[in-house]
Amino acid sequence: MSATSHGYDHPEHAAQDHAHDDEESHGSRKGYWIGFALSAVLTAIPFWLVMTNPLSAQTTALIIMAFAAAQIIVHMIFFLHMNRRAEGGWSMMALLFTIVIVGISLAGSLWVMYHMNANMMPAMNMQDMGGMG
Amino acid sequence: MSAQMAEYDRDLFHPEEEPHHAEGSSTMLGFWIYLMSDCLIFAMLFATYGVLGTSYAGGPGPKELFELPLVALNTSMLLFSSITYGFAMLNMTEGKQRATLVWLGVTGLFGAAFLGIELYEFYHLIHEGATPQSSAFLSSFFTLVGTHGLHVTFGIIWLVTLMVQVARKGLITANRRRLMCLSLFWHFLDVIWIGVFTFVYLMGMLR
Repeated sequence: MSATSHGYDHPEHAAQDHAHDDEESHGSRKGYWIGFALSAVLTAIPFWLVMTNPLSAQTTALIIMAFAAAQIIVHMIFFLHMNRRAEGGWSMMALLFTIVIVGISLAGSLWVMYHMNANMMPAMNMQDMGGMG
Repeated sequence: MSAQMAEYDRDLFHPEEEPHHAEGSSTMLGFWIYLMSDCLIFAMLFATYGVLGTSYAGGPGPKELFELPLVALNTSMLLFSSITYGFAMLNMTEGKQRATLVWLGVTGLFGAAFLGIELYEFYHLIHEGATPQSSAFLSSFFTLVGTHGLHVTFGIIWLVTLMVQVARKGLITANRRRLMCLSLFWHFLDVIWIGVFTFVYLMGMLR
């Protein structure tokens, strides 16, 4: 009995410590509701803007991109519980590193491929050929 | 001499006090780094879609194909599943096994609803002749959205597995850790979906 209770005690104690540790990293019911409400608003407005078209396409595009960025931050804070202290700061470091890589790869791909499309049209090659001939 | 060397070796390679780490203490960081690598996969798929998304090959474009009300419904399913998973985690912290299982079940149902709607959409598209083979736009669309859907599928399988484990072994430390990993995975998929509905569906309709 004593052995079982001891064996049981230890993980229980550890779990309690852990639970206490995670109290802030797990968020609260209020935190989840705030995150949910913000996400619902940040989702509904872009859908409404695109479905009813009250603004020009360009303005709408800028607004929905801003809303997406805001919603991603909301999710990171209220659902994924990101903060600078999680895992001794390494979670945040990994996230920042990933954001840099994602930014480089997305912007780089789009930029390079756009210019490939714009500057390497077959028509231009033919002009060059004509000039040379 | 040899004894001295052995002594020296032992001092060098076997420090008296090994740094002690509790079992699984590095799991959360490791899983987070996995998610970041997963994020890079999606970044590549988004970049591919960004480059190829306007190459319709004379076929239908987003305006003819996408149905925004369906996407809005899908988005809400995933958002609901996010908050219900949050409730499962809160109940887990309080040690309420039954409530945890109930909320996990609700999360799984929302996830399955999301998947069902997405499969219906895919079926509809393919039925209309908008197959992955018909244009670069559709190839990259199906790859990006399909990869996300595949992640959700595996998330649901993982969720059901964990429900069985929690039901059988209770909310032991290992199960709590597993539930926290799945929590990160599940919320991460919702974050990716924000990118999908904004850049694929909404921006597609603006073109």
